[in-house]
Amino acid sequence: MKKDLLGIGDLTRDEIYLILDTAEAMREIGQRPIKKVPTLRGKTVVNLFYEPSTRTRTSFEIAEKRLSADTLNIAVAASSVLKGETLADTAMNIEAMAPDVIVLRHASSGACHLLSRICKSRVINAGDGMHEHPTQALLDAFTIREHKKRIDGLNVTIVGDLLHSRVLRSNVLLLTQLGADVCVCGPSTLVPIGIERLGVRVSTRVDEAVRDADVIMMLRIQQERMHGAFFPSVREYFNTFGMTPARVARAKPDVIIMHPGPMNRGIEISSEVADGPYSVILEQVANGVSVRMAVLYLLAGGVEGD
Amino acid sequence: MPVVLDAVRIGRTLTRIAHEILERHVTPGGPGDIVRLAFVGIRTRGVPIARRLASAIHEINGQEIPTGALDITLYRDDLMRHAVGPQPVIRRTEIPFSIDDKRILLVDDVLYTGRTIRAALDALIDFGRPKAIQLIVLVDRGHRELPIKADYVGKNLPTSLSQSVQVHLTEIDGRDDVEIQDA
Repeated sequence: MKKDLLGIGDLTRDEIYLILDTAEAMREIGQRPIKKVPTLRGKTVVNLFYEPSTRTRTSFEIAEKRLSADTLNIAVAASSVLKGETLADTAMNIEAMAPDVIVLRHASSGACHLLSRICKSRVINAGDGMHEHPTQALLDAFTIREHKKRIDGLNVTIVGDLLHSRVLRSNVLLLTQLGADVCVCGPSTLVPIGIERLGVRVSTRVDEAVRDADVIMMLRIQQERMHGAFFPSVREYFNTFGMTPARVARAKPDVIIMHPGPMNRGIEISSEVADGPYSVILEQVANGVSVRMAVLYLLAGGVEGD
Repeated sequence: MPVVLDAVRIGRTLTRIAHEILERHVTPGGPGDIVRLAFVGIRTRGVPIARRLASAIHEINGQEIPTGALDITLYRDDLMRHAVGPQPVIRRTEIPFSIDDKRILLVDDVLYTGRTIRAALDALIDFGRPKAIQLIVLVDRGHRELPIKADYVGKNLPTSLSQSVQVHLTEIDGRDDVEIQDA
C-alpha cells in the first residue's frame, strides 16, 4: 500500500482484494462482547471534516475506536477555519501535533492531494468535492461481493446525479478494474463529459439501463451542488429516473438495490424500493465500519521507502 | 532437510495427547470436566491440529468438543514496529461458542519465544472469561522469551537459534511431517 488512500485510481487490483479480505476478518470484531482490539494503541487519528457528514464520520470514528486508536474530530463549524485559516495552514498546524492519520472530507476536489503533499501523516480521503470517495466504493464492492460471491462479469447499473457524484467516480474505477460491466444512467444534463472513456456504457433511459442488472446503485440528487437548472422539477425527475418497484422488476430477480446515503425518498428512490426486500442499503452502512478498519490497519503499517 | 517427525509419528503423538486430555479431564464414573472443554486453534497450523484432536477424542469416547480458530495478528507486539513493508495479512477468527466458564485448550504447532501465545491469551480474554486455559503444542523448540510453558507437548525438540522448524500438515501443505532446517 502507498502512504495515503486518496482514490481508487491509486490502488492495484491486488490491493483492492487485500482490503476486502482484511475487512472480512475485521467484521468478526464487531460481533464480540468486547468490540475492540489493541492494534492501533497509541496512534492518533484526526477526523477533519469540512462538509457535513453523519454516516462517514461516525463510521470512521467507530472503526478507529475498535482498533484502539485515539481519535479526535474537528468539525469545521466550530474551528478557526471560520476565522479565515486556509486548509494548508490548518493542516500544518494539526501536523505539528504529530497525528498518525488524517481523515479528510472537503468540498474541493483534490483537497486530499494537497494535504498529502504537505503532511507526513497518512491521509485518507473521506470524500473530496466531485472527485473521489474511495472508502464508499470499497464498502460497496464488499457488499456486492458478499451477495453475489464475485464482482467479475456482473451487470451493475448506476442511476442518478452522475455529474456531481464522487461516489460514482470511485465506484466506476473500482468496478471496471474488477471486471464488472457498468452502465451509468441519468439525465443528459447530469452526465459528465467523457465518462464513457472510463469504460462504462452511458444511457439516458432508465428502463433500458436496469434490464438484466445484478446490482442497481442509486445516487443522490445533490441539490446543494447544483447551480442552475439541470431538470425541470423534482417530480419530473422522479417520474423519469426514480427507482420504483416497476423498474426494479425489469432487472434480474435476485437484484440488489444500493444507495450510499443520504437518501432523498420520492426523488431518486421510492420508499417501497428503499425498504424493499432487495434493498441492502443498511448492510452497506454496517459494512462501512469493517472496510474502514481494514484501510486504517493496512495504512498504519510500514511504507516502502519510509 | 532432516525430518524429525513423519506422518505416522505425528498421528501417534496426537492420539497420545487426546488420551492425556481425557485422562486429566474425565473422572471415573462421570464425565468430569470434559463437557466444558473447548479447543481453540491458533491460525494457521494450530487449527487443523485442534480439529484432529477433537476428532481423535470423538473416536475414543464419542464426545463432541467444540473447536474454534483464532487469528492473533491484531494482538502481535511487533505489529507497528516495522518501518518498512506491508502489514501482515489478517485471517478470520471463528469462535462460534461462548468461552465463559469453559476450559479452553489452546493449540499451536510450534512453541518458540512464547510471544504468539501471549497474544493469543490477550485475544481470548476479549471473548469472555474462561475457567482455565491450557496450552497444547506439537513441538516445543525452546528459547522462550516470556514465562510461558505448555501443558501438553507432542515432542520436545532441542534447537539452536539459527535453525528453523517447519511443520507441514496435509490440510494446508499436502503432507504431514516436521522438518528442522539449518540456516
